[in-house]
Order: sequence, then C-alpha cells, then structure tokens
Amino acid sequence: MKRATLSILIVAGSLATLMCAPLVGGRDIPLTAVFQPGSDDAASVIFWQIRLPRACLAWTAGAGLAAAGMVFQALFRNPLATPFTLGVASGASFGAAVGVRLGLGAAFLGLSAVSFCAMAGALLAIGVVYGLTVLKRDCSIGGMLLAGVAVNFFFSSAILLIQYTADFHDTFRILRWLMGALQMVGFDAPLCVLPFVAAGALLMAVLVGELNLLSVGEDLAASRGVAVGRVKALLFFSISMMVGVIVSVCGPIGFVGLMCPHICRLIVGADHRRLLPAAILFGGAFLVACDTLARTAFAPTELPVGIFTAFLGGPFFLWLLLKPPKGAKVAA
Amino acid sequence: MSEPALEIESLSFSVRGAPILRNISARIGHGETWSIIGANGAGKSSLLKCLMRIHSGWSGRVQLFGRPLESYSQRQLAQRVAYVPQPGGDQRFPYTVREFVRMGRYPYAGPLGAAHPGDKAAVDEAIARADVGRFAARTFDTLSGGERQKVFIAAALAQQGDILLLDEPTAFLDYRHQAEVFAILRAINRDTRTTIVAVTHDVNAALLAGGHVLALRKGEVAWSGPTRDLACEKRLGRIFDARFRFLDDPESGLRLVAPQGAAQ
Repeated sequence: MKRATLSILIVAGSLATLMCAPLVGGRDIPLTAVFQPGSDDAASVIFWQIRLPRACLAWTAGAGLAAAGMVFQALFRNPLATPFTLGVASGASFGAAVGVRLGLGAAFLGLSAVSFCAMAGALLAIGVVYGLTVLKRDCSIGGMLLAGVAVNFFFSSAILLIQYTADFHDTFRILRWLMGALQMVGFDAPLCVLPFVAAGALLMAVLVGELNLLSVGEDLAASRGVAVGRVKALLFFSISMMVGVIVSVCGPIGFVGLMCPHICRLIVGADHRRLLPAAILFGGAFLVACDTLARTAFAPTELPVGIFTAFLGGPFFLWLLLKPPKGAKVAA
Repeated sequence: MSEPALEIESLSFSVRGAPILRNISARIGHGETWSIIGANGAGKSSLLKCLMRIHSGWSGRVQLFGRPLESYSQRQLAQRVAYVPQPGGDQRFPYTVREFVRMGRYPYAGPLGAAHPGDKAAVDEAIARADVGRFAARTFDTLSGGERQKVFIAAALAQQGDILLLDEPTAFLDYRHQAEVFAILRAINRDTRTTIVAVTHDVNAALLAGGHVLALRKGEVAWSGPTRDLACEKRLGRIFDARFRFLDDPESGLRLVAPQGAAQ
C-alpha cells in the first residue's frame, strides 16, 4: 500500500476512533442524544459530560505521549527510550503520593491538588536531571539516561516509604493513581493538557529537520549546521514539561510512547516530517481505543487504562529487545 | 599557492586538562588536496572536529575564506564546509539513502524547515557523483560498509560546501571500495575545485592522493609539506615511531611504503 494511502487511513482512523469511542459503553447513546442534547437527558449528559471529555483527554494525552516517545527515541538514538526515561513519571508519581499523604483536597481549574503535586514532582525530576547536566557540562546521552534511571529509583523508593507510612485508604488512593486513569467529568482536564501538547507538537514540527539529523548522530548533526546543545536542551526541557503535565492529570500511563512511534515507523518510515503527524494521530487513537476497551471489557467494572497499555506494552518491549537489527542480515 | 580556504594558526585543544592538540598551524589553499596523517591518538580526528566546531573550547585563530571561524553560525559553516565522519559505530539508520542524502540540505532549509528550491537538483547531483543511485531507495541499514561510506560522501556533497573534511574515509573498506572512494574524491576535486582534507593513518593512501600533507604526532605538527616529499625513512619514522620499507611503483611513479615494525 502506498504511503499516501496509509497516511490518509491514519488520519481517518484517528478521527473515527475519537468520534466513535464516546458512543461505546455500558449504556447505549442514541444519536439524538448527541445532536439534540438536553440537560435532563441522561444519555446526553453521559456523552457530553463524561465520555466525550474522557475521549478528548485520552486522545490528547496519547498524542502527546507518542510524540514525546518519538522525540526521546531520536535524541537518545535508542529504540527503547520512552517519555519516562528521565524519571518524569516517577517524579510525578512521587508528587501525587505526597499530595495524597498530606490529604490535599482542593481543586483549581478543574484539576485536583494531587495533580498539581504531580506536576511539581515531574518538574523536580526534570530539575534534578538538568541540574546534573549543568553541573557536569560534558554529560553524555548515556549519562543523562543513567541520571534518569537513578531519579526513577530514588522516587520509587520514596513512594514506597510514603505508602509504608500511610493508612490503608491513602495507600489505595496512591496505588490507584499509579495505575493511570482518565476518569473525569467535563472538559477542564483536556483543556488543561491541550495547550501543553499543542505547544510541544508545534515545537517538534519546527524542529523535524533537527530531529532527523540528531537521530543519526550528534557529530553529524553539528556538521550539517544544527546547534546541537541548544536544540537538545530545548527539546528535553519542553517535552519533559509536556509529559509532566500529561502524567499529572492522567497518571503514569506507560508504553504509549514506546509502542506508537515504532508502529508508525513501520507504516510511514523514519523521516520525522511524516513520522510526527503519524505518531500524534496514531498515539491519540491508540489511547482512546485502549481506554474504551479498558472501560468496556469487564463492564460494569472499569480497568485503569495504565494496566491495559502495560499488558500490551510489555510483550512489545520484549519483541523490540529481541528482534534482530534490520540491517543485520542484509548488510553482513 | 592558491588563495587560502582555511588558515589555522596556533590551534590548541584540551580535554579535561589533557592536551589533545598543541599549536597546530596550516594554510590550506582553495581547491587543494590535503592529507592529515599520524599514528592513532595523534589528534587527527580532533583537529577536523575543532574545524567543524563539533569540539568547542579550543584556542587559536582559524580563518575560513578570510573570515574568523567563530563569525560563522553553525548553518553558515555547514554551507561552506562539509564533514564525513569516521566509518563504524552504530549506523543502523532506518532512513532511505535518498532521505539521508537529503539531510545534507539542512543548512539551506528555510523557516519551519521549508525546502530550498535547489534541494532536488543538489541531491540528484550528489547521488550521481557518489554513484549511489542504484540503491537510493534502499534503507541505510541494509547497505554494506562500502556503500554506506559512499552515501555519507553523497550527503556531504549535497551540502555543496567548498571544503570537504573526511575522517578516515577508507577505513574498514575493501580494496575495491577504497578505489571507488578515491576516484569519487579525485573527481570532486577536479570538477568542482572542492578543497579535500582527509584524515588517514594510511601513508600509501596519502601518497596516492597527492597534494599536501600535514603530519601530526602526539598532538603537534611533526611535518608539513608536499606529499611527494613524504616518503622519507627518517621523516615517516619520526611521525609514526615505526620503520618502513620503500617500494617503487612503476605505474604511478610513486614510492610506496610497507611498515617494518616499531622504531628502534
């Protein structure tokens, strides 16, 4: 199939998934409830106030996580790199755990205090990794990856400590947050995440040429005219911020940033000019589809979407790890 | 002598206090061919990376076409100087050859990465010159080492620079691919008057390339001059800390060398 046809299919498929997902669920939604909404019509309220915002949040978060995964894989030149590589997710989780433990309950702009704590935790993790690169000016990509691993371990231990000292109720709330979830009412949450994802996507769109060159090597990128240090710092910081905001609202939903860019590479190729829109569209649709399955597969019980993506992502990760390099057979 | 393309004056470079290059000076004329030779660790690759500003923090004065190197932005530099890195390492890029060569046009991209009107012609010409057209649609990771090296050269040619810096362009290549790479470089130099500066530890490669030689030893200039004067036992012995045997090649009229072991 031609790449153009496939690209059209991705666009159509992504939009169709976003539009159809809110219609699916434990209660049927008649189309009249969609097009002639009424405040006293339960189906209409479920569609407009619960399912559609949830699908929009899933799409926005999935798009952001997939695009971030694409950027991290290019910058680290490592197919297993994910948006959480620099410890952003564990920092956010630590922030959320602190918020729960302190019993913070206030909300602002539709977001809970726990979400704001998670955002602060994500920023703290980014700050630690960036502090290291500032202190150690010649810090390599490998050094940053290791710093991310160290930050992950540190925050994971801190979360365990908080859970150990918390009561049963708080421990359950922390655990529930760590599973990643998209349940909310109204459009506040998607509207909070959207500007960050849009700004991140715009930055990536501006820097697709740089991403192509950085993915083949920093020396080569510099020799082609890329201001490597500046571009890397800009991408790391802004994309980590974007991921931090997504994680603070949705919890640490893993593997979307790992799977989606790889699947899109198989479809549209590695050139980031095509890969970026494909990853955004596919990532958005992927998380919407996962969330729809998570809330309907065992209805009326809803599974946290993070569990669902991890079930898919685990085997995918192992496949990536075990599959032979593409050129190994041909170029030998 | 040709007008200077690159003038290096007292260039020094250290990494964490350890000197890598000390007081390197050279005057490379426009359209000339230069070989930078020396033993492993002599600082050859570091010199190229300093000139390409991949390495920062060096001291000294470098003039590129009469302008200080630091006055060029990285993009402007890439429009004048192209660089071919050392072969080897992880080169399993999932890009097609054409996509990879097209990346050489980055210095000419407009705002938001907009294509330059001359991109297609430049890429087509680079692909033709480097003779990589027959596998232009294949992905880079399916190519052999020799084919990859020619693709790297094609991508550098797409930059349409006046100077081509090559780091060990024939390392790890078989004889056929070595000959092909040399032929491509000779043709580029002859047809477009591109200045060629190639790092090599292979003395015979430098002798066959002709032009001029800058020999480095432990980060310092050990000798510099016309390549024809290089094949001297004492000179080569000092550069490489090794003994050499000399063989006259009737076909090229050159004196080629064969290593004999460590210097005594």
